[in-house]
Amino acid sequence: MTNPNDPKWILSSSPHVFQGDTTARIMWQVVAALTPAVVWGVYAFGWRAAWVIGWCVAGAAAAESGALRLRGRPNALADGSAVLTGLLLGMNLPATSPWWMALLGGVVAIGLGKQVFGGLGQNPFNPALVARVFLLISFPVAMTNWAVPGGALADAVTAATPLGAAKTAVATHGALGDALAGIPWWKLFVGLQPGSLGEVSELLLLVGAAYLLWKRIIPWDIPVAFLGTLVLVTGAAWLGAPAKVVPPWFHLVTGGAVLGACYMATDMVTSPLTARGRWAFGVGCGLLTAVIRLWGGYPEGVSFAILLMNATVPLIDRFTKPRKFGWVPDAKGAAS
Amino acid sequence: MAARTFPLGGVHPPDQKHLSAAKPVEPAPLPDLLVVPLSQHIGAPARPVVKKGDRVLAGQAIGEAVGFVSVPVHAPTSGKVLRVEPAPHPLGPPQPAVIIEPDGDDRWADDLEPLTDPHGADPDEIRQRIQAAGIVGMGGATFPTHVKLSPPPEVKIDTVILNGVECEPYLTADHRLMLEEPDRILAGLRVILSVFGLDKGYIGIEENKPDAIELLGRKAREQGFAEVVPLAVKYPQGAEKQLIKAITGREVPSGQLPMAVGAVVQNVGTAAAIWDAVSVGRPLVERITTVTGEGVAEPRNLRVRIGTPVRHLIELAGGLRGEPGKLILGGPMMGIAHHDPDVPAVKGTSGVLLLPRDRVRTAPEGPCIRCGRCVDACPMGLAPTTLRTLIAHEMVAEADEWNALDCIECGSCSFVCPAAIPLVQAIRYAKGRVMARRRKGG
Ligand code: SF4
Ligand code: SF4
Repeated sequence: MTNPNDPKWILSSSPHVFQGDTTARIMWQVVAALTPAVVWGVYAFGWRAAWVIGWCVAGAAAAESGALRLRGRPNALADGSAVLTGLLLGMNLPATSPWWMALLGGVVAIGLGKQVFGGLGQNPFNPALVARVFLLISFPVAMTNWAVPGGALADAVTAATPLGAAKTAVATHGALGDALAGIPWWKLFVGLQPGSLGEVSELLLLVGAAYLLWKRIIPWDIPVAFLGTLVLVTGAAWLGAPAKVVPPWFHLVTGGAVLGACYMATDMVTSPLTARGRWAFGVGCGLLTAVIRLWGGYPEGVSFAILLMNATVPLIDRFTKPRKFGWVPDAKGAAS
Repeated sequence: MAARTFPLGGVHPPDQKHLSAAKPVEPAPLPDLLVVPLSQHIGAPARPVVKKGDRVLAGQAIGEAVGFVSVPVHAPTSGKVLRVEPAPHPLGPPQPAVIIEPDGDDRWADDLEPLTDPHGADPDEIRQRIQAAGIVGMGGATFPTHVKLSPPPEVKIDTVILNGVECEPYLTADHRLMLEEPDRILAGLRVILSVFGLDKGYIGIEENKPDAIELLGRKAREQGFAEVVPLAVKYPQGAEKQLIKAITGREVPSGQLPMAVGAVVQNVGTAAAIWDAVSVGRPLVERITTVTGEGVAEPRNLRVRIGTPVRHLIELAGGLRGEPGKLILGGPMMGIAHHDPDVPAVKGTSGVLLLPRDRVRTAPEGPCIRCGRCVDACPMGLAPTTLRTLIAHEMVAEADEWNALDCIECGSCSFVCPAAIPLVQAIRYAKGRVMARRRKGG
């Protein structure tokens, strides 16, 4: 009965309309959101910052293409996920990093952090953090060779990060002394501080995060739970021993707290699926960061905290199975 | 007061109701051929009682019910039976149908008696009349209406809800019905209330239809036995369990029917059809269908005789526009895509939607990035991506534990998935496997 002149109608299962977001659009929007902070990094540390990021991205892209080719999969660079990983790694490195280290980091991030697990969506750990920790362990000196933001921005701070300086002061003198004196916290907030090249300007990172929140690309619960817990725990410690502990607002504006909480812990692939799970995950990240910073051997704790929490995600997912509709019948609720 | 809604999940598909919302319902002229499937509802298909060459009158039964969960099928107009044979069917593979050539006179059978006192009739008589009139749920699910009105004696129904939500984007059939024939709807509601001995019912309408809320609300207040409840615009607000939750706060327990919480939900179109059946004795032979989408020249709301081939409806809407993409019976969220425009409109056909090619997503499926959007969107509190992974590994017992059977196939999860994963399809398959396993007692 079918008329041969009929058009060829497409057959596929419902639904027939879609929200419109794609994996690629999500990844590239995160890249876009990071751009202001990256531009600041280049402004603050000079072109070598761009150089370092460029090598990280190149390494990540090359590893992604190579691995997909080896596995006989279509090239997926356009989905933006490898570029994003490279960019995040670059932002976690000192601007003084040698080019080969950045390149190696990019390759390790994608190769060991992602493709060995089966590629996009399969990796249990945040690939950029895997690479960062790999570099930190392999090249500890190069990884803590913090540049002072160049030119006119170079006043008042030494080449140690504020958290590192504080840790050293407490270790050698038993107290903070004036390790943080002369560094108003707002200077750290806008990005006038030594540190990894992309994590120095909390202000710009937050601007980007606000954009992603508005676009509903990252959830708000992870950053809020993460940073809230960090403030609570470090705040309690500071109240207990103000002479030895960095005040909580310094914890917020230094190191990778904001970068980690807004851009790394929110990595969808390696964070829990449900809202309740995301809360647990964020609280865990904040708690571990605080513990490492307060009592651990490293001045920074964000990377380790997130990686440790990544490992617990399957467990969290299991224990935070959504509460299904119709589970607890509420037969009393009358129409009112 | 904020409009009520259901608590979990839900999505906001782009609303395209403006294409047809202002178009009054017009009667569709009869086509050259009517293809009347014998199966137009969930339950046993009707048994044909006419044969090739018979002359039939409008409203005359051409198929009889074959059990309790079954209703008869009636001739939509007068004419000649050309054949009884399998023909294209809106729900899938071809099914037996009575093919009628209209004679153009549209003469009605005169043995149809109205009930003398439709509002005072015996409930059993009303149920029988509703079954005899071939009435099924007209929101799309096509469950025989008399069955829903026949709860077991131990079940106490205290809430009757008319569903005027029409949450599927694009569709405006119920909207137009509420604007143009509110009295038929309210009279039908009163009949349903009388079946349960109740004196008040609810009508749920999404807030994107303020004119319908205003009109029905005013009439309902005047007549005193109904209350219109404005509902937030959120898909799937019109799903039965979500609607009951929004209006009564009661949650239908998993695996059970609305009557478990004392509720009965009927579509507004069904209520109008019930009123026709008891007041003028007219069986269900026509319905309002929205013919719409960016792929037709002039979207319209049409009063369509059951069995009208979709091809005819597309012509009445000015023909195709743009490069053809999808032909869908129903709405864009839950409707079924077809390749054959000879498929007929049936009792559950609320819409014929034509999407041009540039509106059809053809992106290949990508890997799940665990974004959790499907979980956040699911109104039943399920984890669609987990279910899909489980069933991809044929882990049927686990899929059961993760509540696959609770899925209402609303499509919200697929709608939001950035990786273009056909989640609903996977979960539908999972439901089939879980049911098979349960039957085997595994
Ligand atoms: S189709 Fe099923 S799994 Fe998907 S959102 Fe709807 S109820 Fe949830
Ligand atoms: S919406 Fe799609 S990509 Fe996101 S978690 Fe669900 S299945 Fe995975």
